[in-house]
Amino acid sequence: MRRIKEKIIEKILLFSATSSILIVFFIIAFMFAEGWSAINLDFIFGLIWHPKTNEFGILPIIVSTIIVGVGAVLIALVIGIPCAIFLAEFAPNWVRNIIKPSVEMLVGIPSIVLGFFGLMLIVPFIRDNLGGRGECILAGWIILSIMTLPHVISISEDAIRAVPNSYREASLTLGATKWQTVRNITLPNAKSGILASLILGMGNAVGETMAVYMVIGNPNIPWIPTSILDSVRVLTSTIVMEYGYMEWGSPHQHALFAIGVVLFILVAIINLMARYAIKRGMIGR
Amino acid sequence: MTDLSRSEGRILSNRYRTVQLSESKTVKDGVRMVKDKIEVRNLNLWFADRHILQDLSLSIKSNSVTAIMGPSGCGKTTFIRALNRMNKIIEGSRTTGEVFLDGVNIYSEKINVFELRKRVGMVHQKPNPFPKSIFDNAAYGLRIHNMANGKKLEKDVEQALREAALWDEVKDRLKESALSLSGGQQQRLCIARALAVKPEVILFDEPCSALDPAATAKIEDLIQRLKENYTVVIVTHNLQQAARVSDFVAFLYLGRLIEYGRTKDIFINPKNELTERYITGKFG
Repeated sequence: MRRIKEKIIEKILLFSATSSILIVFFIIAFMFAEGWSAINLDFIFGLIWHPKTNEFGILPIIVSTIIVGVGAVLIALVIGIPCAIFLAEFAPNWVRNIIKPSVEMLVGIPSIVLGFFGLMLIVPFIRDNLGGRGECILAGWIILSIMTLPHVISISEDAIRAVPNSYREASLTLGATKWQTVRNITLPNAKSGILASLILGMGNAVGETMAVYMVIGNPNIPWIPTSILDSVRVLTSTIVMEYGYMEWGSPHQHALFAIGVVLFILVAIINLMARYAIKRGMIGR
Repeated sequence: MTDLSRSEGRILSNRYRTVQLSESKTVKDGVRMVKDKIEVRNLNLWFADRHILQDLSLSIKSNSVTAIMGPSGCGKTTFIRALNRMNKIIEGSRTTGEVFLDGVNIYSEKINVFELRKRVGMVHQKPNPFPKSIFDNAAYGLRIHNMANGKKLEKDVEQALREAALWDEVKDRLKESALSLSGGQQQRLCIARALAVKPEVILFDEPCSALDPAATAKIEDLIQRLKENYTVVIVTHNLQQAARVSDFVAFLYLGRLIEYGRTKDIFINPKNELTERYITGKFG
């Protein structure tokens, strides 16, 4: 009796485990089935996206996506890494107990709220002070960096804390100052973890949809931007703004699915890179 | 009552607290100069509300090896970490009392703690070389303090590695990672790293507890030779080791100094019952 019960429980657990894999598998398979036919060189490297005339070139969109993602991560780096260093190495416990939960609360803000905040505050500010429409790359950078910041801070802080204390002790007993220790010992050893946090942040930024859609303008005919005040389209925002009027079974629909495939591959590559960075860091230690 | 008997009387009555050594100017037991390098006066230390070191007073002689022994948890490690102010980095620690290094109180506010740690080096319990090359490990302190670069750096690193009896084993592989060395070699590299900045005192915190007997013998040998140029303080819970390497022994129990004296005297003729029970292996 007990053995039968064991077996049944085991089967149920196996079923749950496989079903989650199957779901992922079906989504990927469906996406590829719908979109694969639209992917070719003209699609990837074409400069004109004009559904009405069945022209589907997404190069400007890919370029914009990368520019927006990289820029957001760079801003997150400039603010986030020093913050992580401060939290891990310098802040007394009570300060950490205030800053860390506050930073983590940023994750909980729904992206539509952040987008709305961007649209109401950042976009008018840019329009009034820097010119242009206001809905632009810069606004996207700001909003996305706010969204990636908590991930960058928390993963980098963990990476810095994971550096064995014996290294710090060794450095301090040789008469090194705290900053010398951080610069020469702690940071080089946390390097791969910090890098991984940035790459993961990049994956987040590239895949983010709603907030960025609300602040980057989305021109009808996308172009390769020449200024950070240009309105652009990214992969995600293109799907959001066009799925409403596409016709089922049309080349347009397949092209939108193909954008999904490209996005999926891009994010998958980014995540693989992050995984590689983390693994390399482990071996180094 | 003569001076001598009075001081003896004090030793007997205060044996749970301060034990004073009679100054001797003669050459004895291989101790060439008997001059106080470090003098600890009424040292107390708390971690939060735990009173770890209780009113410790003793003086450590120059160019000698002083062993700090006692059962685990008696405050040995905390005591030597008080000598280079490494307890300060632990949140919630509080120290009172004075520690004089060459007559200057290292707990006074004027002391630059980074200079102090350069003068009072430390070797930890577990070998902890940085995950850098062998050369970079030995050169770390020299670079931090801007003491040398170029040819001079190479020369100083070589000298430190020679002093730590490691040079011959690593001279052809200085660029390799320090983590590729054996445990004993890593520990000698840590000693070389400490020696490179030319300290005056070296603190050893159970330097052999993670090593095999052969590697231990090498380190002990090295410690014996180091006292020619340095003052050595070594924490150990290994009685044989204390007997083998040290000139003086301090016995700590529950944060108090129970007995302090020449190693020979303490091992042959302990004055305190606790010390006797400890060195005969009745507890510990």
